[in-house]
Amino acid sequence: MNEAPRSLSPHTVAASSAQAVKANSGLAQLLDSDLLHSFLASKLVVAAALMTLLMIGAALLSPLIAPHDPYDLKAVSLLDSDMPPAWEESGDRRFPLGTDDQGRDILSTILFGTRSSILIGFCSVLLAMAIGLSLGLWAGYAGGRIDSAIMRIADVQLTFPAILTALLIDGVALAIVRNHTIEGGKFWILVVAIGLSFWVQYARTVRGVTLVERNKEYVEAARLIGIGPVKIMFQHILPNVIGPVLVIATINLALAIITEATLSFLGVGLPPTEPSLGTMIQIGNKYLFSGSWWMVAFPGLTLAMLALAVNLLGDWLRDALNPKLR
Amino acid sequence: MLAFAIRRLFEAAFVMVTVALLAFVLFRFVGDPVSQMVGQDTSLEDRQRLRQELGLDDPIAVQFARFLADAARFEFGISYQMKQPVTAIIAERFPATLELALTAALFAVALGIPMGVYTGIHRDSWLSKVFLSISLIGVSLPTFLIGILLIYVFAVKFGVLPSFGRGDVVQIGFWRTGLLTGSGLKALVLPSITLGLFQMTLVTRLVRAEMLEVLRTDYIKFARARGLPQRAINFGHALRNTLVPVITVIGLQIGAIIAFAIITETVFQWPGMGLMFIQAVQNADIPIMAAYLMLVAFLFVLINFIVDLIYVRVDPRIRIYGPGASGR
Repeated sequence: MNEAPRSLSPHTVAASSAQAVKANSGLAQLLDSDLLHSFLASKLVVAAALMTLLMIGAALLSPLIAPHDPYDLKAVSLLDSDMPPAWEESGDRRFPLGTDDQGRDILSTILFGTRSSILIGFCSVLLAMAIGLSLGLWAGYAGGRIDSAIMRIADVQLTFPAILTALLIDGVALAIVRNHTIEGGKFWILVVAIGLSFWVQYARTVRGVTLVERNKEYVEAARLIGIGPVKIMFQHILPNVIGPVLVIATINLALAIITEATLSFLGVGLPPTEPSLGTMIQIGNKYLFSGSWWMVAFPGLTLAMLALAVNLLGDWLRDALNPKLR
Repeated sequence: MLAFAIRRLFEAAFVMVTVALLAFVLFRFVGDPVSQMVGQDTSLEDRQRLRQELGLDDPIAVQFARFLADAARFEFGISYQMKQPVTAIIAERFPATLELALTAALFAVALGIPMGVYTGIHRDSWLSKVFLSISLIGVSLPTFLIGILLIYVFAVKFGVLPSFGRGDVVQIGFWRTGLLTGSGLKALVLPSITLGLFQMTLVTRLVRAEMLEVLRTDYIKFARARGLPQRAINFGHALRNTLVPVITVIGLQIGAIIAFAIITETVFQWPGMGLMFIQAVQNADIPIMAAYLMLVAFLFVLINFIVDLIYVRVDPRIRIYGPGASGR
């Protein structure tokens, strides 16, 4: 397969705008028919979607709706520490779900923590998707040595579970940061660690589809009128792989959120001074034996609900977009 | 068969060298080994002498070759944190993790296969729906939450099972086992359920899907037409044919179990390799991180290799292209 020469021609503009129109009508078609029907047909899926939206909304608005700012040291008092939820006998109405060992309001901490969980989840999924898409398109379109090199790397990485890869990248980054005494930036370390451990699945899927698509006539036509390979990959082939990629991304979002919580729980994620569901559970776990169940129960429940809702959405999307199951 | 095995062997060697390179880079360039080993008042000349002795001034290629030779003998130097040889630390911790991982795998198989068979045969019964809901929850709940939940119920509320440690252990040669004492077995229950639950749901779903597929085939219909008892059809004909993919997946999952043991061991303070690794990450103890990476990579590659060979041996339909082309 010869690659087309890299050159810009007046046709490129016309072709790309035509592509945009095609993508737009594709989106309209998508929203119009089967997908929406199958969505409304299952009450469970609608409930999961509402749940996800509610949690994302509450998390993003957390600075506005949280009753306290749990990370404002002036407002937090140790005198309020270890209080049970408001409906328990020694509870306080100021703290609906109780307080933790530092006197931080659990409800507010959950809201802030969910926000960082979701933000890290989204950013790392975007990163994994960007890497996986580009490498998959490149491997599938270029073929030959580039293909086998990229896929070999993917195979090596696939030998290890993603959580282990994330832990390793995170651990190495921690060691580097420690040696150079750079403070902060843990958020981005986590995003990179999780993003780099999840790209393989995208790359493999995208490569598979690209291998089929690159031999089709529209790609050949695009090549003939002199469109560069990068443009062909991203504007012509990409719309055809976006369906399965979205499915993987949805399921990966749940995985990424769980991974972030796990890393924070293990003590190598976000530091205790930054809100995170995993850190809250880690702290709460220490107080489980003294009977302070609320410190771990509410963040744990939030995390489980979030993961379950996103998983349900992902499962539904996979079945709905899979023509075999219709 | 031989050609396939040799090609797989080359691929395995490629993975190992890649991982060794990563571990070497980690070992050599993240942090300065010398400043980790000496005190603050060590003079510059002494440091330089130590560098020479450790061979840190040699060309990088020579250092990498030496690292590979050491790694082949499983020599990874002294832990920064614990000031002991890494090999000794790992030898002490390895049995704990292996016992936990194998018990978890046993639990996953012993429960997962019957549940999968049941849900495959009785598609619409209420019990199948219960099993499938459990499996969805098992997939969604993070491992550490399951562990905490189990601790809360069985250790805090009812106080029937221990929540941390291995209990009493017995030393047999170099192997320190917890399988021979009552408290050791009790201590194993909660961690192995925690670790095995996810794998169990995986086995259940896989066996169910395979059973559904097989029960539709002609030879099952023919067995029914011959008037064989239902039990003989389900277990003698159907289940037996689902086992090839199940064995493969379980084999590959043993690697995943060892990795997920990191989380379980942290929750239950289980003195295995996973806990050691996470403490090494927290303390930037590079020699232990490198050794763990190499050991786990070796285990994974070994398991993958064996599973591939078994797969080809068991299923004659797979020849040239190998399992990589057909399964994930």
